[in-house]
Amino acid sequence: MADEVLQAPLVLEYPFTRTTGPVVGAFLTGLREGVVLGVRRSDGTVMCPPLEYDPTTSEPIGEMVEVGQTGTVVSWSWGGPPRDQQPFDRDVAWALITLDGADSPMLHAVFVDGPSDMATGMRVQVQWADERVGHIADIAGFVPTGENA
Amino acid sequence: MPAQPFQQDPSVPPSCVVEVTGVPEKVASTEPVQSVRTPIRMEYTYTPGRALSDYLVAMKDKKIIAERCPETGQVFVPPRGVSPVAGVVTAGKVELPATGYVESFNITRVPIATRPDLEPPYCSAWILLDGASISFMGLVINCEPESVKLGTRVRAVWKPDDELEMAATNILGWEPTGEPDVEIPDIERIGQKGDLE
Repeated sequence: MADEVLQAPLVLEYPFTRTTGPVVGAFLTGLREGVVLGVRRSDGTVMCPPLEYDPTTSEPIGEMVEVGQTGTVVSWSWGGPPRDQQPFDRDVAWALITLDGADSPMLHAVFVDGPSDMATGMRVQVQWADERVGHIADIAGFVPTGENA
Repeated sequence: MPAQPFQQDPSVPPSCVVEVTGVPEKVASTEPVQSVRTPIRMEYTYTPGRALSDYLVAMKDKKIIAERCPETGQVFVPPRGVSPVAGVVTAGKVELPATGYVESFNITRVPIATRPDLEPPYCSAWILLDGASISFMGLVINCEPESVKLGTRVRAVWKPDDELEMAATNILGWEPTGEPDVEIPDIERIGQKGDLE
């Protein structure tokens, strides 16, 4: 029987690089250029972030639509202090945000001081990262606009 | 209004590449993003538990400790504390010799970015230790990878004594002993080797 409890660090790492395809590629290219793009589904609604296929009908879709950089929080959860690998240096809320002109929400962080500053229906706007490279983190997060829903 | 199911002529193959339209000129005129890095990294503190701790501690003395299933007599190495066959706790310790044979192997010819220490081509193998009922993985070294065969007899190559730790990496690899190959008459499976001693 071992006298001591052994412990050792164990790191699992997968250095994936994914190809983006034409639709997600256009979305990420847009973020790099400071533009948020969605895609129009066959029923006329706009999905943002976009997919290449309509999730209901499986039909290929590729008509890109520029959406707004302000939106509405439809659901949220307080995230608290960031974990080691999250790209934040402060507490955040995680929120589903439907951007103006889009009909489906995107998941992103909202920068507020505490959960009492969060509310479903609150209005938020994009805060761009200082350096943008074509990645979802080009949107650093969202901040309240101060207007009412 | 609910979306209508997409009606597609079954004789027409699905389009592979979506036609993208409507991209603003400001975006369309720049170099398109074609790939994105999405690394995944998970950091654990690993606690090996009772059986594997004993195995690792013994490694420091260049000993290979297995455990025997009290119901089937099968010998498992590295020991996990339970018999995966009978579902009971293993307890009886068995010290195995650092010799065995190659039960299965693979020659890798493509480098792995995160393992610069593995220079292709190299041979990784499932090695059945003498007296064990289950094989475990190691590198076959000190020979041409192409010379490895099913049944090749091998022995452990240990780190220098002053570098030994409580770690499985004490075994640098397995080198052919030069003994005649073990004849493997059929695909051997767990349950057929329980009487090996």
